[in-house]
Amino acid sequence: MSAAAAVLILAVVLIVLALVYFLVATILELRKIVVGLDRVIAHVGGIVEKSAPVNDVVTTINEHLDAGVAALEGLLVKKAGLRDAVGLVDGLYPGAAAEGLRDFPESKEIVPPRIGEVYTKGTLTLARLGREAPIAAASPRGAVLRDVESGSSAARGLYPAGREEGAAALPRSPIIGTDSPEQYERRQDIGLPRKRFPAEQS
Amino acid sequence: MTGVWIGAAILLVVVLPIVVVLLKGVLDAARSIVPAIDSIAATAEAGSKDLDAAALLLTTREQVKETIAGVAAYGGSLDVILDDAEAA
Repeated sequence: MSAAAAVLILAVVLIVLALVYFLVATILELRKIVVGLDRVIAHVGGIVEKSAPVNDVVTTINEHLDAGVAALEGLLVKKAGLRDAVGLVDGLYPGAAAEGLRDFPESKEIVPPRIGEVYTKGTLTLARLGREAPIAAASPRGAVLRDVESGSSAARGLYPAGREEGAAALPRSPIIGTDSPEQYERRQDIGLPRKRFPAEQS
Repeated sequence: MTGVWIGAAILLVVVLPIVVVLLKGVLDAARSIVPAIDSIAATAEAGSKDLDAAALLLTTREQVKETIAGVAAYGGSLDVILDDAEAA
């Protein structure tokens, strides 16, 4: 064998060795990729399975919440009137009147009244509940519902004649308790065995 | 004989480096995919764990139903005990 042929064979052998080394290394890396992709597919399958009912559940929740919002808005508008309802909402959440009530598009055009006026008992009760309820904690620095300084004068406007005539002559509320001046008679049978009624004869 | 020498020289100087460079490129590309796959697998696993709480949505749905039913009952009571607004 000539030297040239030996060199040629050596070159071919080197090329084959290079092919073997790199192809085997590539195969090993591809196997790692396959294992990683199997893990990915398993977890993605879990994601798909777990998120499958989310759409229906969230849709149902939104439908119920929409119904609740519609009912509460309707009740508020029915009891307070649209204008005062907007004022109440704006009193609880300053600036909310600009968005208006969802089921009453015309409410966006209403200038919210100041909720410092005297309202009917029911409306004022609702306002007080709303202001002092935990739900109002979201905007504790918002506008007050009624003026605490002049609120008494506003309430006094409900009874312009002042105190009811003859109020002083009305009997006072009874004082109750162990030290009350009037002790009511105690039943004698407390603590005693229950009375036994004679058995009915058949 | 000269042709054999030339062929051997071409194999050693041209073909072998080209083969090595190309195969090394393929191997490097394959190796660079593995960390990305591991990262994707870890992210998918974390996302799957995060969705474990999705089952609680069923409880949330039932509670929302009960809450809305309570609100409806409370609103019905208010509707009875409170006067309607006077017509403008």
